[in-house]
Amino acid sequence: MSNELTRASEIIESYGCDQSNLIAIMQEIQAEYKYLSEEALTLVAEKLGVSAAKVYSVATFYENFSLEAKGKYIIKVCAGTACHVRKSGPIYDAIHDYLGLTGKKKTSADGLFTLETVACLGACGLAPVMTIDGEVHAKMTPETALALLEDIRKKEAAAV
Amino acid sequence: MIRTKLTRDSFHVFQANARNALKQSEQVPSVLICAGTGCIAGGAMKIYDNIREECEKRGLTVYVGLKHDTDEEKSLHVKMSGCHGFCEMGPLVHIEPMGIMYIHVKPEDCREIIEKTVLGGEVIDRLVYHLDGVAYPRQEDIPFYKKQHRVVLENCGRSDAEDIEEYIAKGGYAGFEKALFEMTGEEICKTITDSGLRGRGGGGFPAGRKWEGARKQKAEKKYVVCNGDEGDPGAFMDRSIMEGNPHSVLEGMMIAGLAVGSDEGYIYVRAEYPLAVSRLKAAIAKAEEYGLLGERIMGTGFSFRIHVNMGAGAFVCGEGSALTASIEGNRGMPRVKPPRTIEHGLWSEPTVLNNVETFANVPLIVRNGVDWYHTIGTRTSPGTKAFALTGNVVNTGLIEVPMGTTIREVVFDIGGGIRNGKKFKAVQIGGPSGGATTASQEHLDLPLDFDSLKSIGAMIGSGGLVVMDEDTCMVETARFFMEFTQKESCGKCVPCREGTKRMLEILDRIVKNQGTMEDLDLLEELADTISSTALCGLGQSACKPVQSTLKYFREEYLAHVVDHHCPICNREKPHPVIDAEKCKGCGKCRKNCPMEAISGAVKQVHTIDPEKCINCGACVGNCPFGAITASKEG
Repeated sequence: MSNELTRASEIIESYGCDQSNLIAIMQEIQAEYKYLSEEALTLVAEKLGVSAAKVYSVATFYENFSLEAKGKYIIKVCAGTACHVRKSGPIYDAIHDYLGLTGKKKTSADGLFTLETVACLGACGLAPVMTIDGEVHAKMTPETALALLEDIRKKEAAAV
Repeated sequence: MIRTKLTRDSFHVFQANARNALKQSEQVPSVLICAGTGCIAGGAMKIYDNIREECEKRGLTVYVGLKHDTDEEKSLHVKMSGCHGFCEMGPLVHIEPMGIMYIHVKPEDCREIIEKTVLGGEVIDRLVYHLDGVAYPRQEDIPFYKKQHRVVLENCGRSDAEDIEEYIAKGGYAGFEKALFEMTGEEICKTITDSGLRGRGGGGFPAGRKWEGARKQKAEKKYVVCNGDEGDPGAFMDRSIMEGNPHSVLEGMMIAGLAVGSDEGYIYVRAEYPLAVSRLKAAIAKAEEYGLLGERIMGTGFSFRIHVNMGAGAFVCGEGSALTASIEGNRGMPRVKPPRTIEHGLWSEPTVLNNVETFANVPLIVRNGVDWYHTIGTRTSPGTKAFALTGNVVNTGLIEVPMGTTIREVVFDIGGGIRNGKKFKAVQIGGPSGGATTASQEHLDLPLDFDSLKSIGAMIGSGGLVVMDEDTCMVETARFFMEFTQKESCGKCVPCREGTKRMLEILDRIVKNQGTMEDLDLLEELADTISSTALCGLGQSACKPVQSTLKYFREEYLAHVVDHHCPICNREKPHPVIDAEKCKGCGKCRKNCPMEAISGAVKQVHTIDPEKCINCGACVGNCPFGAITASKEG
């Protein structure tokens, strides 16, 4: 086992290698590594004593699991009903264009941002909303959303 | 701190002390900062920190928890409470005992709030809610709150969500204590049956009957499961209850455990609600510390444990059998019923599965009695219902009204009508599994209860009320919901997996003005087939938005299909304009324009009359010189 997976191994053991905790284990591994790598999933299967196919089937069923590496910042635009009727679509489109995403690509070329939608954050009173790394930003417009991303880009550029 | 576990006697002593402390606390000013997800997003945590800081600066000491005799004299309470409901106006700060409510509070307002209001008793007009030139400093006078009847949500926004003592002081765990010592399982089930409590998660199935069914099962192990997978986009009642009054959910589940003979419960919460998860976990830890959860509770033979499981983003997991599959660590796919969940639920054992709001009603019923419960709501749907009021309405937020309140009262009296003076068009009730109601008098005066809504093809669902104004195209809305359910379809049964896909394709076509009249018939046929053959509730109700919009807003479908022009969809579309430099005056656009909106002589620059143009785009595609582009300014 490579060193990178030590933490994953600890997580699985903290749940007593119990397969009914499969979802919770994968959630914690994803929180640690930001995605579920093939190696991590294989390790989960081995340690829990279930087939890799079973682990893969659960990992691909749920929206929250990602099998691909994500960007440093994860942007989620709410696509719930309340946000939809208060025009969240144009916000998504603006960010999509800003990041230069095409087709199925969700992560910007510089590896900084991943753009996703979320079904509903339950903050409908503040619609339309988006989150950046879990922090909720309320009453967005395409302009304010892009300004937030611009700030992050500047901050990142300054840090280099 | 290791605490001695409560017995029945020491619970009574604790309860009396807590009540006394609550009374004393009410003499001292309290600053309650709403710490629901909405207000936190608006900066509530910073406000909380600033208020604490302002207190420290002035040497004011703050109580942690309720005020006790043994405390040295302190000055005030500063609490983080559950959701106050008026999310639109957040962040909200509430000041007791004056009952003042401040809206849109900013961190820099904190100094003034402490100085003027808390210490000086003066109202800061700038932070008060105003409507039509009238100031409403007191929460209870604000029209948004006036028509509400807060029972389940009463303590959300009034209490410190994490303080078990305050919960007990306000009557918490008294229902459980009564059930534990004075009632048999059969009696509890009968009480719930007699109360007429119906499941708040959607279907409205009588909770008592479900419990009685599970009680009668002969099994060593039974489970109580709380469905907190509030997947309906546009709904956040359950989130607010779990965040603002987590102990009421635990208490409801414990009473259910007593009733059916179960010693283990699970709460399944959406992954999108991290705050609810942490509040529930904190509440469980507190209840265990006091011996209200755990082994041999209050010295009796009853033991009960509660676990919190986090979902991973699948709407279908709100369906009972999919939810239990997900708790077991499997793909969240529903199974064929029967056997029902009460016979064959979590880990194949008998299981009582109810929604968050249903469980939160239970302690109130046991404590206050069946007769009290029947004084609220209608005969067949007693009690209250929490709704998430969202969309194009002035006052969005979390509301609780007696069952049977009309849509008109909710949208216009509580909601304050439509934003920006637009006209009211529809309310979508129950999200992607519900239907739309119209602006007709008959629908506006329709009482919101399980049976009335069913009669017009809608349903209460989990309680999301999305208000739509005249600028919302109902065909587009139906397409939006279909896209949602199609994406969330788990793929197990053919009608839902394939049917919703085909319906979405047809709707996509219609929205793009490429549909035909046959498409409308096909939509109806598919909807009928899917609703009667899909495996689970998600599939069966997936077509409701389409069916109800086809029924009540058919003219909008016809606008797309027959006129190939929807006045609503086109309103926001960019207008085409002709670039005078590129136009050669060939006249091709003029000949192709179905509305005769383009004029110009041969070899002269042509122009488009925006009054006549319907944004069909025919000219844009036809111009051989690329002189026509869609522009918003046009």
